Amino acid sequence: MVDPRVAINVGLVVVLVLVPVYSATTGDTFALTLFTRVVILALAALSLNLIMGFGGMVSFGHAAYLGIGGYVVGILAKEGIGSGFVQWPVAVAASALYALVVGVLSLRTRGVYFIMITLAFAQMIYYVAIGLDRYGGDDGLTLYHRSRFGGLVDLNNKTMFYYLCLVLLLASIYLVWRIVNSRFGMVIQGARSNDRRMRAIGFPTFRYRLVCFVIAGAMCGLAGALLANHTDFISPAMMHWTRSGDLIVMAVLGGMQAMFGPLIGAVTFLLLEEGLSRGTEFPNLILGPVLLLVAISIRGGIDGLIGGVRRG
Amino acid sequence: MAKALLETEGLTKRFGGVIAADGISLALLPGELHAIIGPNGAGKSTLIGQLSGEIVPDSGYIHFDGRDITALPVYRRSRLGLARSLQVTTLFPDFTAIDNVALSVQAHAGHSFRFWRDVRQEADLREPARAALVRVGLGERATALVADLSHGERRQLEIAMALATRPRMLLLDEPMAGMGSDESARLVETLRTLKGDITVMLIEHDIDAVFALADRISVLVYGRIIACGEPAAIRADAAVREAYVGEG
Repeated sequence: MVDPRVAINVGLVVVLVLVPVYSATTGDTFALTLFTRVVILALAALSLNLIMGFGGMVSFGHAAYLGIGGYVVGILAKEGIGSGFVQWPVAVAASALYALVVGVLSLRTRGVYFIMITLAFAQMIYYVAIGLDRYGGDDGLTLYHRSRFGGLVDLNNKTMFYYLCLVLLLASIYLVWRIVNSRFGMVIQGARSNDRRMRAIGFPTFRYRLVCFVIAGAMCGLAGALLANHTDFISPAMMHWTRSGDLIVMAVLGGMQAMFGPLIGAVTFLLLEEGLSRGTEFPNLILGPVLLLVAISIRGGIDGLIGGVRRG
Repeated sequence: MAKALLETEGLTKRFGGVIAADGISLALLPGELHAIIGPNGAGKSTLIGQLSGEIVPDSGYIHFDGRDITALPVYRRSRLGLARSLQVTTLFPDFTAIDNVALSVQAHAGHSFRFWRDVRQEADLREPARAALVRVGLGERATALVADLSHGERRQLEIAMALATRPRMLLLDEPMAGMGSDESARLVETLRTLKGDITVMLIEHDIDAVFALADRISVLVYGRIIACGEPAAIRADAAVREAYVGEG
């Protein structure tokens, strides 16, 4: 008997791999666009889940990294630096640096205070972006050229771009899986479970949590670079606080202790949002209660529902 | 006389107007099991908190193995070999028993900025962890989740976690609290096997266990050591009897 959880995860990956095939045969290009967005936001939710689900650090400002990654790509493109080999590493590095600063200042606090500090920093970055008149201010900035990677990949080819995003997502899931089950991962999870105890047995937990926070920020910065290329547009809306909330919902919805949880959550959330916005005038009127039900009824999210029991 | 492993000098701590530690001077010899007894509110937990580093004394010194550790943070003391088991069981409930102990081994096995290798395949961590579990009689329960262990088993696990780090000294804060008589008898046996091997400071309400185990006993009343000596001497001490009048 195959573990239903494994079956669902494999099935999901197969479906994602086949999306461009479906799109090409039926001519439904919107499906490809929608799923590119799903995959990119799943990467963002995955990075959030690393700190929130495994590390117990509930960041309410995670969309800031999407914005930073996106703005690095947009700003460099406008200033004439179109190479992805420059843009993407800078996007990742800038996000990591921001995470380092926010982490140093926020990780000494816990619970609600941590949530509020991460939110405050994200709001600050949001208003900084609004103030960037040269880069469109409130209106945002159109990206006239997607990142160039020589002859390696052409991001203007939507199928190729989609597969690139998917490969990066799957590689990141594998990376997170390795991290979570490594020595480092045990320290992070131990600190979530009982930070005081971790210090009592000899771990300087702050530095481990900080490094974890930076890894997650860098990963989400990459998602931001992808998102800017996907929409050909950057704007402060990329890092609006409601977007940070969406990412939390995706991670919680899918199941925080599960490797594929954020992906499942992103697929469910975005498809639900899309479907409801077509069918009704007020999608949130239905989406809200659905999420509320999931949050209060199934511990462990959708993954927990599939697996039946909560893993240890 | 052997040199003391742990020595405190004039340790004083006030919380507002309350003196929780009033010039405590203690010396623990290597290998001895030294018990601290005293009525409720005598400052036993404050003392252990200061030794482990969670509470900063207002004045006084703590020396461990000839080194001044008064200002060292908790994790540094732990690394020097001063292990503590907490009064409230504070294990990692969503980990298995052996994961808990292996984590404790890991704390003393260099830095943990290792991101790739599967920690559950690392013999360097798993084998000492398993040995410590066997030593406290939990060998059979290695893969059980902490959430599924009984109260007594969790206490045993606490000790295994402390032992797994090969500490030079163990601070035990009421390890018998809430235990049934069978369980505490088993724990007494486990602690007896540590004697001579590891220096232990035991804070315990269970007076029978204390007198059965301790090499020396210090009596703490209102933050002050009023007597220190071998069990027989403490039993006969008039001041100690006085302090316990009304306690039953």
